[in-house]
Amino acid sequence: MASKRYAHVEKGCVACGSCVKVCPKGAISIWQGVKAIVDTVHCVGCGRCERECPAGAIKLVQRENAE
Amino acid sequence: MKKKHWYDYLWIVSPIYLGLGFFNIMYAWLGLIFFCTPILISVFGGGKLYCNRYCDRGQLLTLLGSKLKLSRNRPTPAILKSPWFRYGFLIFFFAMFFQMLGVTWMVFEGTKDMAAFVKLLWTFKVPWQWACPAGVTPWMAQFAYGFYSMMLTSTLISIVMMVFFKPRTWCVFCPMGTFTHLISRLRAGKAPEPQAGCSGNCSACTKGGQ
Repeated sequence: MASKRYAHVEKGCVACGSCVKVCPKGAISIWQGVKAIVDTVHCVGCGRCERECPAGAIKLVQRENAE
Repeated sequence: MKKKHWYDYLWIVSPIYLGLGFFNIMYAWLGLIFFCTPILISVFGGGKLYCNRYCDRGQLLTLLGSKLKLSRNRPTPAILKSPWFRYGFLIFFFAMFFQMLGVTWMVFEGTKDMAAFVKLLWTFKVPWQWACPAGVTPWMAQFAYGFYSMMLTSTLISIVMMVFFKPRTWCVFCPMGTFTHLISRLRAGKAPEPQAGCSGNCSACTKGGQ
């Protein structure tokens, strides 16, 4: 069952990769050295990446179909 | 638990590098590896793989800040995250680097004497003459002092930032990180964006980049 929230990368990501290292599901990768992208299927919305991101570019957002 | 790789232990390189330079300044030349490798990786299409995987300083900051909990973990101030500051710091850093090359050139030409001190924060002269081995070529020692000053200064700034803000706050405005980010952005096309009204139940929009 999908989590209620998932991580969303906003403007300001510097692609440092600190979120990749803390993601317990391996759901984040760095796209061509430009920005982090989140595999929303595997993201469990734990928020570790949000806490770790030095650029404050990751926010947890509600899934639209979450109950 | 994630499998550890050899490159996960590269954080040790930072203290070893600074330690070696304390006893023999000529080891500072090794710092060119930290300077050239990220640029070469991004120029040849590796993006920010250096920052993401091999950066010893980034790993050291994570170790001190996240694992040893030395960071207050406060949000990075908006000013430090702004493009103006990031690119401004990049320009300033490179200007200081070229100024250091200019001084090295003057010592090479013989118009200036070699100065055996480390300059912290581009301002404070710290005596470091014991680290200069006898019989060394003056311009080579001058470059080593200049480069070591830059490395020590940036390490100190990064540690202060780690303590007050997020562990890897330095990475937001790191000149090498900003420069390789710029190269990566110029090389890459448009980043995949989740579609409007994304249900979060498929990864079709992000698969392109993985």
